[in-house]
Amino acid sequence: MAADVSAIAARSAYDAARVRRDFPILATQVNGHPLVYLDSAASSQRPLPVLRAVDDYERHSHANVHRGVHALSQAATSAFEGARERVRRFLNARSTREIVFVRGTTEAINLVAQAYARPRLGPGDEILISALEHHANIVPWQMVCQQTGCTLKVAPINRRGELLYEEFAALLGPRTRLVAIAHVSNALGTVLPVKRIVEAAHAHGAVVLVDGAQAVPHSRVDVRALDADFYAFSGHKMYAPTGIGVLYGREELLAAMPPWQGGGEMILTVSFEATTYNELPWKFEAGTPNISGAVGLAAAMDSLESLGIEAVAAHESRLLELGTAELARLPGITLVGTAAAKAAVLSFTLAGVHAHDLGTILDTQGIAVRTGHHCAMPVMTFFGIPATARASFGCYNTEEDVARLVAGLTRAREVFGRWT
Amino acid sequence: MDLKELYRDVILDHNRPPRNFGRLESAGAGGDVLHADGHNPLCGDRLSVYVRMNGERVEDIRFEGSGCAISTASASLMTEAVKGKERAAVARLFDRVHTLLTRHDAPADATLGKLAALGGVREFPARVKCATLSWHTLNAALERGAATVSTE
Repeated sequence: MAADVSAIAARSAYDAARVRRDFPILATQVNGHPLVYLDSAASSQRPLPVLRAVDDYERHSHANVHRGVHALSQAATSAFEGARERVRRFLNARSTREIVFVRGTTEAINLVAQAYARPRLGPGDEILISALEHHANIVPWQMVCQQTGCTLKVAPINRRGELLYEEFAALLGPRTRLVAIAHVSNALGTVLPVKRIVEAAHAHGAVVLVDGAQAVPHSRVDVRALDADFYAFSGHKMYAPTGIGVLYGREELLAAMPPWQGGGEMILTVSFEATTYNELPWKFEAGTPNISGAVGLAAAMDSLESLGIEAVAAHESRLLELGTAELARLPGITLVGTAAAKAAVLSFTLAGVHAHDLGTILDTQGIAVRTGHHCAMPVMTFFGIPATARASFGCYNTEEDVARLVAGLTRAREVFGRWT
Repeated sequence: MDLKELYRDVILDHNRPPRNFGRLESAGAGGDVLHADGHNPLCGDRLSVYVRMNGERVEDIRFEGSGCAISTASASLMTEAVKGKERAAVARLFDRVHTLLTRHDAPADATLGKLAALGGVREFPARVKCATLSWHTLNAALERGAATVSTE
């Protein structure tokens, strides 16, 4: 990519040391060493503004939402619906009716699988996914296939971990009813050409769900520009609390879908003869929601936008570049996932040292990385490996973190000595 | 936490290459081969244990699969330790190894020999299942003949 002027300006203005001061957990000592947190792709840490917003809500504004005329219930409702409007702006959605609060990406995908796909699909219909998907974007569709008799198709990837777009396009056909695709691969960091995928799928009349869990913390997502039908993501990978996430859905699709869970909040009237359902988006929010989580998510969006998502992305890609170069110099390291378009993820193996041993050795030096199959076992199978170690970067990581990782890997080679 | 306690030389030595690595075929004298598969879903480690019994005695044992150094070395050390032992002696050894891996107050057990090298694992709770996988799989092979066991 050509280095444009604004990206360079963003780089020079970015002060990671200052950003770190907003994340109290980063001052933790782990096994006698200052923590190096390189596991943001699994779950990111929370900054003070998020912690304060949640705390402030719990101390001063909590009651149940949409339930009472008393002051606190109104305050809670206003905080919760205010958060929904914040999410709408973040995604540039047309309306808050298109913003459904869920527990996380997994629940969002299951909602679409059960409330959109299951009632509509049958034998002969096809759901198309990619070989890069997280289990959360595989298993819900396998369940729909079992329930309806439809078929799951999988578009292949190449040895760099990139989607083979031509083969993907060739799998699209009149029977393709739904395409479910990651925006960014969690295991490898590959950025998928989602806009192109949406256009191609729409040309065949298929509806598209984008799993954006790994994309929203690192890139500006505009659901209208993307033209995705459904876009799912989690709060906890973008500096918000766990247990809150978002399903964006185009209003006409959501309106035509039946509710998927029954209970309070999702109804207008209930009698034993007939129940009428609430309007969007509450039709899909049965039960008391995660109100403080939504408040925290809105605060995380404020924080991310005040840092500048583009500035964060530029900082992270600089760390990715540095990390890629440093790891390439270490004997025995093989990078898994070398796509031309990548988010800040380094997935790798070290010859002679299993990923889990590597994880333990790094942990004893205070370095947190994810090891294992990253909930993407088909990706591991494709590369013929049981597991990788994965270092993933967030807004608070620094060059020093990369240096500590390199030192940690060097130590791992020493521990295993002549066996590496 | 001391890495050298976990990755003692015996462990690293049995990791690469492991002893008695491979499978046993049923055909041949000495009766059928007992076999079980073990799986640690948390980390994806998989291994298979094959045992040929001669009456109550473990005549031959092998394992195959992929796993971390702790899981591979534990399996390798296990095959050396149980070969030639009676079924009841294997069960007693299983109990002693289990104590070694999980009990912080376990007294030193001089009868364990090389297996004592696994003692460092208990300081790393996330890794105990790596070390126990092969032993649970051996148990399954001896008890049920063929089954998949899981550490979860």
